[in-house]
Amino acid sequence: MKPPPFSYHDPATLSQAVELLATLDNAKPLAGGQSLMPMLNMRFVLPDHVVDLNGIAELSGVRITESRVEIGAMTRQREVEFSAEIAQACPILIEALHHVGHRQTRNRGTIGGSICHLDPAAELPTLACALDAVIDVIGPNGARQIAFADFPVGYMTPSIELNEIVTRVSFPLWPREAGHSFQEFARRHGDFAIVSAAAMLLVDPAGRISRATLALGGVAATPLRMHEVEAALIGQMATPETFRAAAELCRKVEAVGDVYVSASYRQHLAVVMSKRALAQSFSRCGAMQKH
Amino acid sequence: MDSAVDTRTISLTVNGKAYSKAVSVRMTLADFLRHELRLTGTHVGCEHGVCGACTILFDGMSARSCLMLAVQANGHELTTVEGLANGDEMHPLQQALSEHHGLQCGFCTPGMLTTLVELLRDNPSPSADDVRIAISGNLCRCTGYEGIISATLDAAEKMRAGGVK
Ligand code: FES
Ligand code: FES
Repeated sequence: MKPPPFSYHDPATLSQAVELLATLDNAKPLAGGQSLMPMLNMRFVLPDHVVDLNGIAELSGVRITESRVEIGAMTRQREVEFSAEIAQACPILIEALHHVGHRQTRNRGTIGGSICHLDPAAELPTLACALDAVIDVIGPNGARQIAFADFPVGYMTPSIELNEIVTRVSFPLWPREAGHSFQEFARRHGDFAIVSAAAMLLVDPAGRISRATLALGGVAATPLRMHEVEAALIGQMATPETFRAAAELCRKVEAVGDVYVSASYRQHLAVVMSKRALAQSFSRCGAMQKH
Repeated sequence: MDSAVDTRTISLTVNGKAYSKAVSVRMTLADFLRHELRLTGTHVGCEHGVCGACTILFDGMSARSCLMLAVQANGHELTTVEGLANGDEMHPLQQALSEHHGLQCGFCTPGMLTTLVELLRDNPSPSADDVRIAISGNLCRCTGYEGIISATLDAAEKMRAGGVK
């Protein structure tokens, strides 16, 4: 349970980091360490080089524009959790973060690290899926942006090259009157989700749903965007019956089973979590965003 | 910036005392504290971030020292359980834990203490639920947690009354 031998590099700038990853063989970037360090300790990964990104100031920070909240990849989860501006602009991000690990892990863990690690039960990728987040990466061939829909290519595998670094994650903002909810079922507080649901709703003055998003975490190998549910909601009156019927569509999702939780139980939870997320989102529609 | 070597000399402050030492770059911070500085109060239970026994305060913020490399502490300020008491006088939280049966074997205690010291600093009047959530990342095999929670609430009250920070 000790990390394997490696060479350690701690670049002070992003361009140094890019150069190191472009030239070193079998190198791993180290962000907050809350996933990579256990994997090193258990020797699931055996890098020849560790490139520590913690000294790169330009990778941290939060910026809120008219249309989105942009978070530097190395921004600590804690910093986002306690940001009054984000609580105003994007309260679902704070709600999701309260389910991410524990205070001790959020103090170190980063936004970009969690997105890259892409654990299917992790909250931030699920939220990124619901909100159509955009991921900025940089590598030896320059910078590019990846829409979250194109980001996961498989179980814990993002569509970034081994020599690329995530620099920023941007979450598009919804209008102030939108309602939001992040629901999660886990064995204990702070555990990875067995199933989580992230939802946002916009309702017109007549009470009809004009815009909806729903994503599920923990159900499959990657976060799932429930387009079918969204389509079933649009144009409908926002009533408990509408939410119940739309959430019921989640029972058909292709779910994974494991030794603790069967696939059919995950499907059942997908329905329940979705229904709760939609109902709570509606209850917060139009209300002053508070958290 | 960097040099691809297997050892580095790091300088850091632990419990107010400055240290400078050469370390292997792959040594965890937990092992560094225990083996190099002989501060064995920080316990190592799982070495993969699950049990919380290795929690320390890193620049005042709780962190799992098994999930950090010693080299990452270069230039930083750490507090371990050894740094909580004031000479022979226990921290109010330590005192309360002993009075409320908040520990039995003591294995989880260093991590509980560092985590809860941070909580009481950030939230001097926590509810029982706040305490439960704060220690949700710390496993205790002995106490059933209730003594730890009542001790924390008691210590919080005493600290508020006494103006202790
Ligand atoms: S030893 Fe670090 S969390 Fe268990
Ligand atoms: S007192 Fe024994 S593990 Fe907590």
